[in-house]
Amino acid sequence: MTPSNIPRAPLSAQSASDTVSNSISHSETNSVGVVHTQYFEFHEPLPLLSGQTLDAYTLAVQTYGTLNADRSNAILICHALNASQHVAGVSAEDANEIGWWDNMIGPGKPVDTDIFFVIGVNNLGSCFGSTGPASINQATGQPWGAAFPVLTVEDWVMAQARLADRFGIECFAAVMGGSLGGMQALSWAITCPQRIANCVVIASTPRLSAQNIGFNEVARRAIITDPEFHGGDYYAHGVVPRRGLAVARMVGHITYLSDDDMAEKFGRTQRAPTADGDYHYGYDVEFEVESYLRYQGEKFSHYFDANTYLLITRALDYFDPARLTQGDLTRAFDAIKAKFLLVSFSTDWRFPPARSREIVKALLNNEVSVTYAEIDAPHGHDAFLLTDDRYHAVVRAYFQRIAEELNRD
Amino acid sequence: MTDPIAAPIRRDFKRIAGWVDPQSRVLDLGCGDGALLGYLQQQRQVHGVGVEIDDQRVIGCVQRGVDVIQQNLEDGLALFSDQQFDTVVLSQTLQSMRHTEHILREMVRVGRTGVVSFPNFGYWPHGWSILRGRMPITKQMPYAWYDTPNIHLCTIKDFEDLCKQLNLKVIERVTFSPTAEVTWLPSWRATLALYRFSEC
Repeated sequence: MTPSNIPRAPLSAQSASDTVSNSISHSETNSVGVVHTQYFEFHEPLPLLSGQTLDAYTLAVQTYGTLNADRSNAILICHALNASQHVAGVSAEDANEIGWWDNMIGPGKPVDTDIFFVIGVNNLGSCFGSTGPASINQATGQPWGAAFPVLTVEDWVMAQARLADRFGIECFAAVMGGSLGGMQALSWAITCPQRIANCVVIASTPRLSAQNIGFNEVARRAIITDPEFHGGDYYAHGVVPRRGLAVARMVGHITYLSDDDMAEKFGRTQRAPTADGDYHYGYDVEFEVESYLRYQGEKFSHYFDANTYLLITRALDYFDPARLTQGDLTRAFDAIKAKFLLVSFSTDWRFPPARSREIVKALLNNEVSVTYAEIDAPHGHDAFLLTDDRYHAVVRAYFQRIAEELNRD
Repeated sequence: MTDPIAAPIRRDFKRIAGWVDPQSRVLDLGCGDGALLGYLQQQRQVHGVGVEIDDQRVIGCVQRGVDVIQQNLEDGLALFSDQQFDTVVLSQTLQSMRHTEHILREMVRVGRTGVVSFPNFGYWPHGWSILRGRMPITKQMPYAWYDTPNIHLCTIKDFEDLCKQLNLKVIERVTFSPTAEVTWLPSWRATLALYRFSEC
């Protein structure tokens, strides 16, 4: 990739759901249909938690459904590490690109676009159309690269709040997200308590554990030590630290799956055993799981930006709302006014149910209305993207309640 | 629902509603599909939270607009802080719990008052059945001995003894037959006992 052809538009509308596409069942019906990305330009400088400022930026956005007259039916969907603004429906550019939460959002789906106006936004620092390290820095005419500021979950929320202002939305009926998206929803409830009526946090955590940060660091080191990383300014060299990014993805991918899930999918099946079923006694692909991970890593490295991977894993590491209250989550939630739905999955060892229960306990201590479902599902962290009747029924019922509240007001 | 004790529950709902202050905080342990909390929200505008393990019942709670926490009661009430609730209800669940004493203690830790209901094993037809050499199977407890969730059945007197042992003060007791409240010979005639208690 050379500086002259750095894409401003999405590198691809690829999504997190591709990681589990073999087990996802996309409904043919009840789709929001063909979807387009809109680009919102902001020229008011955005002050960042790091002390830096982003002078001007673009947010890539998709919307589904219709905003009602009093602008009270808006739902903001926040994405996780590698997803995008393309939450539901079929991409206008590529009919094979289905939104990453298409099983959740659409007409008649748990988050019903016949009732709600749903906004999907690509986070700042990402690489699907919002301003990020691969974008051109207007000040230099070159890609930002290593000069792009480090961003936090709180910075994303501020940028999203400005987007809400553009739509004239004072208060979201709900802000919803899974994993890192759940952190953003939680941050909305803490930092903008008047602007969020319901907060839906799926498979998330109030902070990363040492183990979580450890995995992120392995991923980052894989990228940074790739000779083609060039200190983050690889665009100028016309190269991409593809090997590092692929390894980062392989590590990450393992943490999204449960041990049982991997055992069932791959077990110890050999990729291409010798005629008598023996090993090859070498270091090339021997087992199916190796082939799968290499394929996932390779595919990812062709559509995702390495600097974005660094930035987003760091944002994950830094998220810790209780940091300002000496670790006391209850006090950190002091300002919260929103009602909460939390969902966790029993085999999620990345953000296990115990992390969600910490959030539940702190909310209860603040007398916040909270519902918590702990779904016994085999698919690990990825379960939040998969179709599970119980999980979807809880979300559906919760959003029906939100719809009833809208009608009552 | 084919809950065999659904009918008397309606009467204990009314009683419980009478014990609960308007707009107070109520925790319902083993809340089912949220019927009691839904009733208390309507009648007394309480701030209610239920605890339930079953997926379908959790969904039922959300549909009803009742806040619910999905967890196994046997794991304890660590999610809840001391004296967080005005009333903690354990409705027709005590007899199926393994850690009977623990849950009663936990109820008065997280709440000011506890409310417990359970099927009275002392109900006279049960004795009649045992005299004939068989474990009782009744409308109220329709399970065979080898296939029952009721692992800790007790009589009215048994329960009151346990309360004494745990330093729990019984504030009020109401007993029901399948058709009405029972005040005469409740130890024999009641199928369901309902207690309100606090720490001594």
